[in-house]
Amino acid sequence: MKSLIKILVVAVVFVSVSCKKDSAPNYQFMPNMYESEGYETYGEAAFPNGLEAQLPAEGSVARGYIPFDIDNTTAGYELAKTTLVSTLDSTQVDLDRGKALYDIYCGICHGNKGDGQGKLVKREKILGIPSYDDAGRAITVGSIYHTIYYGKNAMGSYANQLNEEERWQVVAYVLKLKSDLEK
Amino acid sequence: MEKVIHRKLGKNILHLGLIILLAFTTSLSAQEGDPAKGKALFNANCAACHQLDKKMTGPALRHVEQRLSDDQGLDRDWIYAWIRNSAGVIKSGDAYANKVYNEYAGAAMTAFPQLSDDDLNNILAYTAEEKAAPVAAVASTESTTAKSSEGGISNELILGALAILFILLAVGLYVVNKTLRRFALAQNIELTEATQRTPLWKAFVKNQFLMLVTAIFFLLASAYFAFGYFMQIGIDQGYEPVQPIHYSHRIHAGDNGIDCKYCHSSARVSKTSGIPSLNVCMNCHKSIYEVAPETLAEGKAIGVDYNAEIQKLYAAVGWDDAEQKYTGDSQPVKWVRIHNLPDFVYFNHSQHVSVAGVECQTCHGPVEEMEVMYQHAPLTMGWCIECHRTTNVNVEDNAYYTKIHEELSKKYGVDKLTAAQMGGLECGKCHY
Repeated sequence: MKSLIKILVVAVVFVSVSCKKDSAPNYQFMPNMYESEGYETYGEAAFPNGLEAQLPAEGSVARGYIPFDIDNTTAGYELAKTTLVSTLDSTQVDLDRGKALYDIYCGICHGNKGDGQGKLVKREKILGIPSYDDAGRAITVGSIYHTIYYGKNAMGSYANQLNEEERWQVVAYVLKLKSDLEK
Repeated sequence: MEKVIHRKLGKNILHLGLIILLAFTTSLSAQEGDPAKGKALFNANCAACHQLDKKMTGPALRHVEQRLSDDQGLDRDWIYAWIRNSAGVIKSGDAYANKVYNEYAGAAMTAFPQLSDDDLNNILAYTAEEKAAPVAAVASTESTTAKSSEGGISNELILGALAILFILLAVGLYVVNKTLRRFALAQNIELTEATQRTPLWKAFVKNQFLMLVTAIFFLLASAYFAFGYFMQIGIDQGYEPVQPIHYSHRIHAGDNGIDCKYCHSSARVSKTSGIPSLNVCMNCHKSIYEVAPETLAEGKAIGVDYNAEIQKLYAAVGWDDAEQKYTGDSQPVKWVRIHNLPDFVYFNHSQHVSVAGVECQTCHGPVEEMEVMYQHAPLTMGWCIECHRTTNVNVEDNAYYTKIHEELSKKYGVDKLTAAQMGGLECGKCHY
């Protein structure tokens, strides 16, 4: 009889262990020490749309943010192409960082050499990526920045993945790739 | 004589045919271009904005020449002019050029002055091809289903054969036993019957020492399992929730080799690694509106329709694929968070990703092979400490801290400092 109870105990433990499902989170000892009282990143919140991740209030400007005055239009693109110049001087340009960022965000389509032969192009997932030395486009400092900022045609904007300084680093690296291709 | 004439005649006809064929093919290539070369050119130059059968940034281009000449009365020279310098054609006041320009919301087509007449003919020949029926896709899916069903049949066959063999053996043994007994009976050999003894379990229960040992064994075993159960409470290793959109890290990070930080860009600069907002998905999925037939078949094999998942993305982000514009009607995707540290622990991604240069896979496991994302590491304190104790910090080329690194090295008498030696075990670093 005694051993029967013990067997039962073991069986219960076994069953409760095997009850743990991978599709549901596990039990916690003291949930109120685990769960945050404050809103967690990307969590739900008591805002009208139920999201913690809210857009900044209209008209607010982040510290250090410099507005970009040129429009997302063809005319704006042409304006940037001819007039916009980098805010980095030659000592601030860090091609190593530019390359690291370029390889992450641009190289997947444009190719790590800038020849339009990224991995997605080679695998025929995305087609028609131009090489940076394309004569018809004749990209410049300003046009590269404008394209990164707003995107162009099928390319999306990268303004949320790269901050202003990083964008200019990437622009500097793209210009280096372009001059390498034109050699 | 007759035979000779006949042979000559045949030869002549053959020659004539050859000449006609040659003339025909040359004239064809002179006017029409080579669709194969055209395809390569199209993919390299045009496909960023145009597809054959689907509106993208620019209009669909199948039979574009035919349509232009039938509907607008525009000839090939107009197409040449448009491709080489569309802005010029628009500026010249051409009615149709301006209409198209305005229809596509002023998206200016890049000029392609480098394309020769031959190149353009090749491209136009490619656009003039009839749409190929999706034979390949059907065939490939069929072959895969056939393969899988074949595998099932052969497995079942083998199992069935084994079962039959087993039954035959059992029957054989029984028959042999029976005949032997009959022989023994026939030859008057006495068969010893098993003598009646006390059953084993009764003897076991009567033996108090054995009972004590068993009791202790069971107690220890239950303590072991109870301890194991309580130790895994609060640990979500292997947690693999079903996400609202089936996102395959295997395809994105593995097959296509997209860097983790492409989507999780804030891991470089912030505490949170960041769930990419849907505009990051749309960077590629604006162009990739369906997966390749092989990928689709792969997905079907595991019960996922990747194309339907892309449609879920479009619905969430509010993208009208047919019209190629955002409807403005979007809804947030309720991703299920997998890696979640307790509230009393501070963890910063940028410190590990950008400063320490730790690979994402060190903690998150082989994400590039995961069809469904799961938690690879236990994320316990012991696991953190273990890594801090064994990981050497890269202190080279960091002039600002050279002095303190040297002092620490002297203090601990080591060449290479671990994260723990630099204060990576202090309570207040993570708990405050």
